Formats: sequence, C-alpha cells, structure tokens
Amino acid sequence: LAGAGGGNDIQWCFSQVKGAVDDDVAEADIISTVEFNHSGELLATGDKGGRVVIFQQEQENKTQSHSRGEYNVYSTFQSHEPEFDYLKSLEIEEKINKIRWLPQKNAAQFLLSTNDKTIKLWKISERDKRPEGYNLKEEDGRYRDPTTVTTLRVPVFRPMDLMVEASPRRIFANAHTYHINSISINSDYETYLSADDLRINLWHLEITDRSFNIVDIKPANMEELTEVITAAEFHPNSCSTFVYSSSKGTIRLCDMRASALCDRHSKLFEEPEDPSNRSFFSEIISSISDVKFSHSGRYMMTRDYLSVKIWDLNMENRPVETYQVHEYLRSKLCSLYENDCIFDKFECCWNGLDRQVGFCSIFHFSIVMTGSYNNFFRMFDRNTKRDITLEASRENNKPRTVLKPRKVCASGKRKKDEISVDSLDFNKKILHTAWHPKENIIAVATTNNLYIFQDKMN
Amino acid sequence: MFVRGLKRKCLDGEEDIEGTLAGIKAIPSYNLQRQSLLDMSLVKLQLCHMLVEPNLCRSVLIANTVRQIQEEMTQDGTWQMINTQNTGQASLDRLVSTDILCRSSSEQAEGKHVPGYGTFSKDFEGDQGQGSSETMSTASSVQAPRNLQSNVWEMENPQESKGNFQKSLDQIFETLENKSPNSVEDLFSEVDNSYYDLDTVLTGMMSNTKMGHCDGLETFSSPTNTASNSNCKSDLNELDHIVEILVES
Repeated sequence: LAGAGGGNDIQWCFSQVKGAVDDDVAEADIISTVEFNHSGELLATGDKGGRVVIFQQEQENKTQSHSRGEYNVYSTFQSHEPEFDYLKSLEIEEKINKIRWLPQKNAAQFLLSTNDKTIKLWKISERDKRPEGYNLKEEDGRYRDPTTVTTLRVPVFRPMDLMVEASPRRIFANAHTYHINSISINSDYETYLSADDLRINLWHLEITDRSFNIVDIKPANMEELTEVITAAEFHPNSCSTFVYSSSKGTIRLCDMRASALCDRHSKLFEEPEDPSNRSFFSEIISSISDVKFSHSGRYMMTRDYLSVKIWDLNMENRPVETYQVHEYLRSKLCSLYENDCIFDKFECCWNGLDRQVGFCSIFHFSIVMTGSYNNFFRMFDRNTKRDITLEASRENNKPRTVLKPRKVCASGKRKKDEISVDSLDFNKKILHTAWHPKENIIAVATTNNLYIFQDKMN
Repeated sequence: MFVRGLKRKCLDGEEDIEGTLAGIKAIPSYNLQRQSLLDMSLVKLQLCHMLVEPNLCRSVLIANTVRQIQEEMTQDGTWQMINTQNTGQASLDRLVSTDILCRSSSEQAEGKHVPGYGTFSKDFEGDQGQGSSETMSTASSVQAPRNLQSNVWEMENPQESKGNFQKSLDQIFETLENKSPNSVEDLFSEVDNSYYDLDTVLTGMMSNTKMGHCDGLETFSSPTNTASNSNCKSDLNELDHIVEILVES
C-alpha cells in the first residue's frame, strides 16, 4: 500500500506499544482479544489471565496536528476468574476469548466479555466528584461519636481525581457445555448471541437466567461428530440474520424468523476444493477461524489458515475475492501440524471508515487486515489489489516513521531485507487485530504487547 | 522456525538421496509418510485426553485426519496388511521420525492420487451397530458433496470393507503402547453410552492429571516420547469414578 501508486495509499507509522518489554512472557499477559468501541475512543484488550485493560484516546492536541491522540490506560479490571468444574474434574480457564462493546447510550460504557463458559456485562463509569461533609462520619470514613455532634450540615459534592470503575451488571452463565468462541451483539442492541463448538444461544441483555438455543449441531451420537462451529456473527443491519462458520470451511447464514431452531440454513457458503492442492491437511487448513461482516452487510470476510476470502452474500458457491496471507506455508503444513501451529486461529478485520475526503474528491477504500507469523501482519486493498506486509516490532518504534514493508522469501535466492521462510519465528504470531471505526488507526496484538499504528498525516 | 525443543523436521526442497529407508536422507515411500502422519495424529489425540480442557475443534480435526488416512489405507489394502503383521506390536516402534515424514509435498502427490474426501462419508453409510460408521451426522446440516474424483472409492466388497474399517479403528488404538483398549476405544468405537455421557469423554474427562504448563505438543519433541502413557491408570480410575456418579444420578 505504501510506495508508488498515488496519494490514496495509506502509510502506516508506529504510534505506541503497550506491555512488558521482557522477552520472557508471563502466560497471564498473553493478549487474547482486542476491540475498539463504537466511537474508537476506547480500546479494550483481554488476556489469558482474565483481565480486561481499556485504553482511552486522549483528546486531540490542537497544537500537535500531526498526530492523533495517544491511548492511555483508562481502566483495568479482573473480568473472569479461574473456575473448577467439579463434575468433570476440569479447570475452566479465565482467558477472555472475546470482548464486544455496546453502543454508548449514556455516560457509562458497557461491554460484554466472555471466557469459555460465562459471559459478563460490564459497566464502566467515571466518578469525578465525591460527597463531603457527612455528619456522622469523618472524612476518612471513621464514625464519629454521636455525642460530639453539635451542629448539622448538608453534605456537598466536591471534585475529585477521576476514578474509573468497572462493575459487573449481568452474568450470563450455565448455558454452554462447550467452549464459547464468539459473542455478537444484535443490531437491535437488545439481544446478542453466544456460540460454542456445537451450539449457539440467543440472549436478552437484561435476562440472565434464560437463553434460547438457536443452533445445535451436536450429533445424537458424539462419535459421529466431524464438524464444529468456529465463529458466529449477527448481520450488522438485519436483526434476524446471523452467520456461523465451521471447521470444514463452510459458512451458514440463518434467519431466525424461519424457525425457532435454526438447524436449516438459509444459505450455505462453500467453495469447492481445488483438487490440485489436496492433501491430508486440506480440511484442517480450510477450517474457518473468523468471520466478519462488512459494515454495509453486503459482504462477509472469512479467515482460514492460509487465506482471507471475501464473500458476496448473494453468491454461495464461491468467494468473490481470495487473498493469500502466507501461501509459502503450504509446503510446510506437515511441520506446522506437528507443532500445532496449523490450529492457530487468526482473526481478520475490515477497515473502519470507508471514505476519505481528498482535496477534490471523496473516494472509497476497502482494506482488510489479518495477522501472520514472525509478528507480521498483512493488509489487502480490495480496490487496488495491492497488499503489504508489515511487522509489529519494537525496533520500528520511532513515532511518525513510516513502517517498512516486509517480504518473505519463499524459495530461491533471498534478496536483501527479505526473510526466508525457515527463519520465521512461529512463536511470534499475530492473531488479533482491530481497526478504529472512524480513523486510520489500527491496534495489533503480538503475544503480550499491543501495538498502535496510525497513518501518516501530512 | 519451530517451537522450542523441536528439531527442524521439514526438509522441503532439500536434495534427496535415493536409497533405503534406513538412510537418514532416504526418500520415504508415500506409505511410510502416511503411516507416520497417522501415528503422529494418534499421539496427538492421546494427548488430547490428557490435557485439562482439550480444544474440541482441534480434536475433531485430528480425528478426521485419522479417519481419512484410515480410509485410504483400507482402500488400498495397506491396512489389512498391517493388521496381520502387527497385532499387539507397540506402535511406538513404528513411529517414524518426521525427518522422513516431512518430505516435499510434491513427492506425496506424484503417482498417488489422493482420494476424494467428500465421498468418504457416503461410502460408509449404514450402521455397524452404534459403531463409528461414518454416517452423515444427523443434527448437522447436509454438507454439499464435493466435486472430486470419486473413482478411487470403488470398492470390490463394500460390506467387508466396512467391517474391516470398524476393526481397523479398534486396532489403531490397541497398538498404542500401554493404553488400555477400553479407554482408547471410547473415542470412536461402539460403546453403550447409556452408562456415561460421551460428551465428557470426547472433551477430555479421561484425565485430570495436568501436564503442568507443558503444552502436550512440546513434549512431543520426538515421536518416541512416552511421557503421555504413564497416566493411563489414573485415567481409568477417573473414568470409573465418573461413571459411578452418573449411574447413581
């Protein structure tokens, strides 16, 4: 995207990095989800230790027009704790699998966070004043001896340092036998779905003791199980429509108006397999790890192990576009199977704002982003068909320095600045990325660090 | 390139020396590669049992890979051969170093047409008791059959193959050293599931003995690692215990 091509290309610069500098990664610090809120002012991360950290973008400094506000820690709280399932004698991990923000309705912010079994609705609110002048209490909280009270006064609110409080408002528990992989808030903003390996449930945000099962693919006989649900999402505009993807590379679109239990899909999206690429690993690499609707709702994007595919909802038999993320790994699948990397679940995301105002024109751009190994991440411009590979690394940490594109050398002679496939670090994987809904700011999570990049403003 | 502890195994594109299998740089036969993949997959599945809360998606994908290999081996008769030769023999002896396994994929492709996957399920419709016959899953939506060559699936004697397939799966697990047939069969074989919930079996109730922070695959640094086998007895005790609870309730 950078380089020759014209002014429409985005040039990405390093902005910030959050997290420990250590190479020795504490397991609890492994980032497991990243999500901007609807305005982009807040950026939430969840980690393996069950914590949520929310960053807030500071208001733009008018004198520093060359950069957008920085993100600083706004709130940190423990969302989920480890639990023990006594019947199965198994631990339930506290790792946060997904965070989804609700649109803001009042002064407080709300988000849903989930681990493998339980979803929680958190309210994040600010407190910047406190009451002072109690009659029966001292300022430090100790109770006064009532006999010493000789006059009465009315307590008043006085300003205090801003305090951000997070409190759990709803806990949606005991509805999932299997591990929750997705949550998605409906466009009605009243209901949401949660999906595990075999079932999808519909909840009302106000009601915690009941949920409706809308998809169930569990076979009567578990020995016959050959396919699981890998991701699910509500359509951005149609509140009765949702999709779910499977480990066999299919996506099913369901309409809740058709029946209470959506076990018959309205549409089935599946690309026929390419026989020339067939191997024992074909099914595994076709397993879809993420599905995301475009903002318009006309398209959806899926991520499988080696590629990103764009589907037109009106065409079920094949995607309209396919982008290769790291095709050079195709010949390494055996090794990647052995070390389990082939099961890594990469996410993908669309750009936020799809219009940019130029000097004399308004032009639309559509870019999709996804992660790879060696702390590389990839972007595909759907209009220009150009793609770029960038690296999230502390070595590039000078603000406003444009990131240098990276290139992997698949075979043959390695050029200068290229990196060969065998030198890639498969421990450094970028699974989670997010794009600001309104600006060209992206958040990219490495194992335990969060990088924020923004486009170079001229 | 690989996670800590794993030697570089995939020798894609390197020069190969024609020779016997005993040679380190020998070209392995497709059968040998396939066998190694099968063995590796089975060990992975075993480790699935061991982990605290195994990832169901991963388990299903590995299990499907095993079935696929099994299918192909039954198809070309290789499985029959191994059955007769290796009853009771420890599979760990047969686990081949993945040096041999991970040759370039072009070698795998040449000369050996890979069977169509979509037709695999259809050919094994029909019950074998409650066995692992690959009927289309009832609750899941119908999968569109894939448009692949189906000629490989012509079988001379479908009935016999079905019966052998069932036995074959049992055999796979019996050859895994130190793993009692009972506990391993649970994954695929005919089981009277009125007595316990197979959900929990498939999702790894068989062991609550953690391997610490050790990712099961990191211990699988060499194919002959036997670390996973020591927990069998406790697995069985756990299983009995849980069966008791469920039966009583």
